[in-house]
Amino acid sequence: MAPTLSPRLEQEIERLCERYPTRAAALLPTLQAAQRELGALDEAAIGMVAGALGVPAVRVQEVATWYTMFKLRPEGRHLVEICTNLSCHLCGGSELLDAVCRELGVRPGETTADGRFTVREVECLGSCGTAPVMQIDGAFVENLTLEKATAALQSAP
Amino acid sequence: MGERLLTRNWGTPERHALKSYLAAGGYQSLKKARGMEPAAIVDEVKRSGLRGMGGAGFATGVKWGFVPRDNPRPRYLCVNADEGEPGTYKDRYLMERDPHMLLEGIAIACRAIGAQTAYIYIRGEFHAVADRLETAIAEARGGGYLGHNALGPGVDLDVWVHRGAGAYVCGEETALIESLEGKQGKPRLKPPFPAVVGAFAAPTIVNNVETLAQVPHILERGAAAWKALGVNGGSGTKLYGASGRVERPGLWELPMGTRLSEIVLEHAGGVRDGKRLKGVIPGGSSCPVLLPDEIDVPMTFDALMAKGSMLGTGCAAVLDEETCAVRLCLRLMRFYAHESCGQCTPCREGNHWLAKIVQRIESGRGEPGDVDLALEVAQNILGNTICPLGDACAMPARAFLQKYRAEFETHVRERRCPYGSYPIRPGGREITG
Repeated sequence: MAPTLSPRLEQEIERLCERYPTRAAALLPTLQAAQRELGALDEAAIGMVAGALGVPAVRVQEVATWYTMFKLRPEGRHLVEICTNLSCHLCGGSELLDAVCRELGVRPGETTADGRFTVREVECLGSCGTAPVMQIDGAFVENLTLEKATAALQSAP
Repeated sequence: MGERLLTRNWGTPERHALKSYLAAGGYQSLKKARGMEPAAIVDEVKRSGLRGMGGAGFATGVKWGFVPRDNPRPRYLCVNADEGEPGTYKDRYLMERDPHMLLEGIAIACRAIGAQTAYIYIRGEFHAVADRLETAIAEARGGGYLGHNALGPGVDLDVWVHRGAGAYVCGEETALIESLEGKQGKPRLKPPFPAVVGAFAAPTIVNNVETLAQVPHILERGAAAWKALGVNGGSGTKLYGASGRVERPGLWELPMGTRLSEIVLEHAGGVRDGKRLKGVIPGGSSCPVLLPDEIDVPMTFDALMAKGSMLGTGCAAVLDEETCAVRLCLRLMRFYAHESCGQCTPCREGNHWLAKIVQRIESGRGEPGDVDLALEVAQNILGNTICPLGDACAMPARAFLQKYRAEFETHVRERRCPYGSYPIRPGGREITG
């Protein structure tokens, strides 16, 4: 039997569709909602989203693969995103990324062996006055030092 | 520091709540706008001299005037809250700290252009900011400032938050529209311009957050009085920032037209640790870098263009003598190579080649002639792409290569980067405005 969306997610998608004049326009928020519930957007998820919105699966696939925030396969339980762009670069963001990666024993883009963290180098997060900066599971940690980064990692469940 | 409009509520407890905004006289301009003809609102904004604060600097009232009055399709307002330009951190604080000021600006703009639906396209990484906007929208609906009859009897207004998913190019207005429609964010050819054929093939105005947040103030005090707050040819006030190697990184609301030297040397306290200034990127990574003897310039669109750079978003990044120009250039080229949408060959290929050439120079594998080769690549990108992303890569590349040419050549000659690694060094301050 083909996998199906949960009733909760189906309802959420219908609410999202009310915001736009076309159902296809609800694709980004729908993928975001699906990713929140399913963890990653694998082939089955892409197919279900396509079915719910009435658009071809290839259309969903091309969007899901184009934006950096969509996950196509499962990653670590916590996402650690460290900015190394302009202002963070000037304040040691690249050195910080290296140090965090060394501490966790991964390279940027990789997941720790215990599946706890995925570390990513990201582009400007819009927090340049409080650089360097990282996000852990989408929450900002600003005016970052290695000590502060380590503490944030340790307090992640 | 002059008068504060955008940041005037930032010192208030619960500053983001509707009750705080109302207590400070909020939504009075919307009430005024409900009694005005749409054309009169457009004229008032035209007279104010307000220009697009996302970086393009196009006259806001003129843009609004492009919406055809005889088109039977619905009209849309898209709020550009994508804030992806590296070095930029202003709209985030406007939305986080005083979301109702933006919502009031949105409502007035919608009345001016005849739109009954607005989408706030906010970058996906601003999770908490987007949540705050959703809360503020619900509050404003409850208060009758959005929703049923918000723009007058029988004229409803729906405002929706649309979260992006990680793509710099979606800050370009036609890419933003494509993304809103649920597609890859690939910019469209213009014309037709969005004001005529935009979102869902309907007339659409795309305005930046800061631009819209100024609109209630223009109506509150009148175009002439608002305009007079600017200096050196600027109109009104502006959020200016300075980050990077300064003593006190921050964000300040100052008269539009304040000099870059004043922002860097006075408000930001100058270069940190008493080091020498090496350069300033005036308004985000796409703006060509200025040398220390070029920063005594008013931060206006026109004055910076005359200097061969751009105002951009008005958030400056400061380089000191210990900053390697090649390494910074490389970081920016990697960014533009990553963010190219891939439609136009000059940008898709050229940005990557610039990153590759600068990478080999930085890592000590550069060849004599590489600087000229990079300049040639940059030249072949400029003006040859659908959207400005190619130019946004080529212009700063050219400025780095030309203004710090000796440093690039030293890297090639000595076959190494003469600079050490950077200290991890936060500014350590809160953004106070």
